[in-house]
Amino acid sequence: MTLVAPELAGAVIERALRRGGDLGELYVEDRGGFSVTLDDGRVERPQSGSERGASVRVVHGEASYFGHVDGLAEPDLLALADSVSQALRAQAVAPASLGEPATARTHAVREPPAAVDVERKAALLHAADERARSEGDEVAQVTASYGESVQRIEVFNSDGRAAADERTRVRLGVQVVARRDGRVETGHETRGAHGGFEIVADAPNDVAGSAARKAIALLDAVDAPTGRLPVVVGNGFGGVLLHEAVGHGLEADAVQKRASIYAGRLGDQLAEPFVTAYDDGRRPNDWGSDGIDDEGTPTRMTKVIDGGRLSSFLYDLVRARKDGVESTGNGRRESFRYLPVPRMTNTYFAPGEASVEDLIGSVENGLYAVSFGGGQVEPATGDFVFGASEAYLIEGGKVTAPVRGATLIGNGIEALAAIDGIADDLEIATGYCGKAGQRVAAGVGQPHVRIGELTVGGTGA
Amino acid sequence: MSAGAATNGGRANAAASLECSATAAVEAAVAAGAQDAEAWAERSTGTQIRVYGGAVESLSEAGGHGLGLRVFRGGAFGYAYTTDLGREGIEALVGAAQAASLVADPDEFGGLPARCGTADAGDLHSPALAAWSTERKVELALEIERAARAGEGISQVEDTVYSDSESATAIANSRGFSASYEATSAWAYASAFAGEGEDLMTGLGMGLAREPGELDAEAIGTEAAERARALSGARQPKSRRCAVVLDTFVAASFVGFIGGMLSADAVQRGRSLFAEHEGEEVASAAFQLADDGTAAGGPSSSPFDGEGSPSERTQLIEGGRLQGFLHDVRTARKADREPTGNAARGSYRGPPGVSTTNLILEPGEGDVEALARTTGEGLYVADVAGLHSGVNPVSGTFSVGASGRLIEGGELAAPVREITIASDLVSMLKAVETVGAPARWVPFGGSVKAAPLLVAEMSVSGA
Repeated sequence: MTLVAPELAGAVIERALRRGGDLGELYVEDRGGFSVTLDDGRVERPQSGSERGASVRVVHGEASYFGHVDGLAEPDLLALADSVSQALRAQAVAPASLGEPATARTHAVREPPAAVDVERKAALLHAADERARSEGDEVAQVTASYGESVQRIEVFNSDGRAAADERTRVRLGVQVVARRDGRVETGHETRGAHGGFEIVADAPNDVAGSAARKAIALLDAVDAPTGRLPVVVGNGFGGVLLHEAVGHGLEADAVQKRASIYAGRLGDQLAEPFVTAYDDGRRPNDWGSDGIDDEGTPTRMTKVIDGGRLSSFLYDLVRARKDGVESTGNGRRESFRYLPVPRMTNTYFAPGEASVEDLIGSVENGLYAVSFGGGQVEPATGDFVFGASEAYLIEGGKVTAPVRGATLIGNGIEALAAIDGIADDLEIATGYCGKAGQRVAAGVGQPHVRIGELTVGGTGA
Repeated sequence: MSAGAATNGGRANAAASLECSATAAVEAAVAAGAQDAEAWAERSTGTQIRVYGGAVESLSEAGGHGLGLRVFRGGAFGYAYTTDLGREGIEALVGAAQAASLVADPDEFGGLPARCGTADAGDLHSPALAAWSTERKVELALEIERAARAGEGISQVEDTVYSDSESATAIANSRGFSASYEATSAWAYASAFAGEGEDLMTGLGMGLAREPGELDAEAIGTEAAERARALSGARQPKSRRCAVVLDTFVAASFVGFIGGMLSADAVQRGRSLFAEHEGEEVASAAFQLADDGTAAGGPSSSPFDGEGSPSERTQLIEGGRLQGFLHDVRTARKADREPTGNAARGSYRGPPGVSTTNLILEPGEGDVEALARTTGEGLYVADVAGLHSGVNPVSGTFSVGASGRLIEGGELAAPVREITIASDLVSMLKAVETVGAPARWVPFGGSVKAAPLLVAEMSVSGA
């Protein structure tokens, strides 16, 4: 069943365009979610929510006029369209007619999470708690959290677009605090996907075990070295480096404002010929995948770096129109309360031919950064900073002591050019990405990647 | 009971009707068998304007409302929220919160406050906002952009945003407490670029107030331009250990992080480096910090917190010693203390949790230039990145990315970038020589009234 009838959607868009506009759009959303946490062995803060609302957007030249409303009542939607149109002063435009929206449903959901008993979700957290504590007496604190969301969207626009999507995401996260002799360290691991409860049903073992081992390993950590070093970046969440240092600079809004170091560099050889990277919102069941983007464009695979050359930017409808190209299906928004902007989906380096042993074995003195606590980039300058949550020294071609407090800083263009090896073990991890005040699920990933030289800012001498 | 000085009949009605919705939800929960219940409701309208290149890039006008319900079984609760405030929506909400409550483990410390009430948080609502037309707000945003563009060496003003909101907030619980208040806010920022190519650096200017008439467009634009120009042409310097002057923005980020560590919840869950250090020396005498949910002009000021405890001021660090932690009802009962009015609601979409309200760093004397003169040689840090990934909250060790300028002969000298500054939080706090001036509200790390800081020594790594 659709959230709004196509006839009503058509009437809303017609009203929205009655004082002009190049594009009129109605976005409607119904979302439900549930989350629960376990801390100190206690299940607490179980919470569920449901919300429903709509937004209307009119694009006129370079300007976007936007409004949103809670609920989907017909008079509210029509009033919203009137209110948005007030800002325009041009001639009325007649929108194309609309059909029933087809629902994408491109990612299999075997066990819808809403149909799973809350007790099973709580049991999942207890299992994670037990598993983490079984790793060693050093485990002092375990926090496990489970979250699910189910979202249905429908997008209608004045070009005759009528599209719908249903998105189910589940995620399990475990954080472990380990203590020994007054030293305290934390380890963190997550698993999540665009899919059903089956994604996490057997996850506690791996996820909790891994989080606990990380925390315990860090108890023996030495202070991170400081200086310019070769860095091997781990697969999976290590890809956040690509996401931050390159990906954000490829989003067309930053490019068009020349607020990206990649502006004007299309076709340039920015990396070695064995470096290829994609943004792919279609990858089955991956965390950042959807059937369509939040403007109704089908998600797709976009090669952003092709044999080391910069080959594409990431577009939504507005920026694509300005550059005279097609949207790449990257128009995303956190909810109906926000304007869509170009955003990454799942962004990753394609696998290469090296093995992890090859990459590490040839490093005399360097850093193995397995995973990051997070990172930040200034797209205009390309400067980035990442805090390594799990890292080790590489000495004489071997991974040796764990290190703590390692921060990687550098510049996207320089780091890209310095990649001198890519392994064959691609993995996509779950991230949340913040931009323009909006938080969306983003898949980050890569195989193991070696960067010839990067500045490591440690806490050691 | 109704808090907040409602002077306009229409406004008072908006808050009162929201308070009625909250009360109705509580009554429905109790009728359905809840031992105790609490509802939190919000309604807001707002405008956001983004301008670029002398024209409107986007204009958003929006309204919204929602209600969140806690249903208690003993001290444990289940939570649910909805945007549907109609009878069916509330019925479904009660069912969802009850279903959620079934999996919560017993909690001997949780539950409703023993003492609810409201504090005088000053005038949170400005009637002047309603008098501003959208056209005037657009003009204000354009004026900010023009002021930034006019700055010396400015190559582009990438983003200029004006935003405001008018909101009503209400709470009701099954012990007979209900209250509500209304508030307005207006804020704006601009992001300017100075220089081109590898010399390019960015600068942020901002202002926040209760209504747009209190925003100084010229000052916001000029600040963005000045911050960008000061860093343009920055290069990576050599590593060193030196004295560091932290800009007000940077000080606010650190203070916000420290405030989070002073939450009794973080302390009780073993996630704070300040655990078990109450009463001990954790900072230099110059560094005095308070949390104040009633501060005049405070962006996070309110008459009551997210559980209905009255807002108040809590001294956190004074005389170099840690004076106490921030509490909600649960952490206070667990520690045998009184709640400090720090149960925060991010929105109706989530249950309350311990958080700072407005953090106030007591200012001293001397702006950034004066602190640089005191220092002689060192580094001025204009901006930090990656604070939340670069600090270990349990050990306090940190290493964060930074940009700024060298300090040579008491003067701000060559701009620098791609550096990290490292220390641990307590060592840094103990090394604070001076808190400068002026103090201003900064929305980084929550809501912080901050001033520049002079730190005796930190490790700075570059090339």
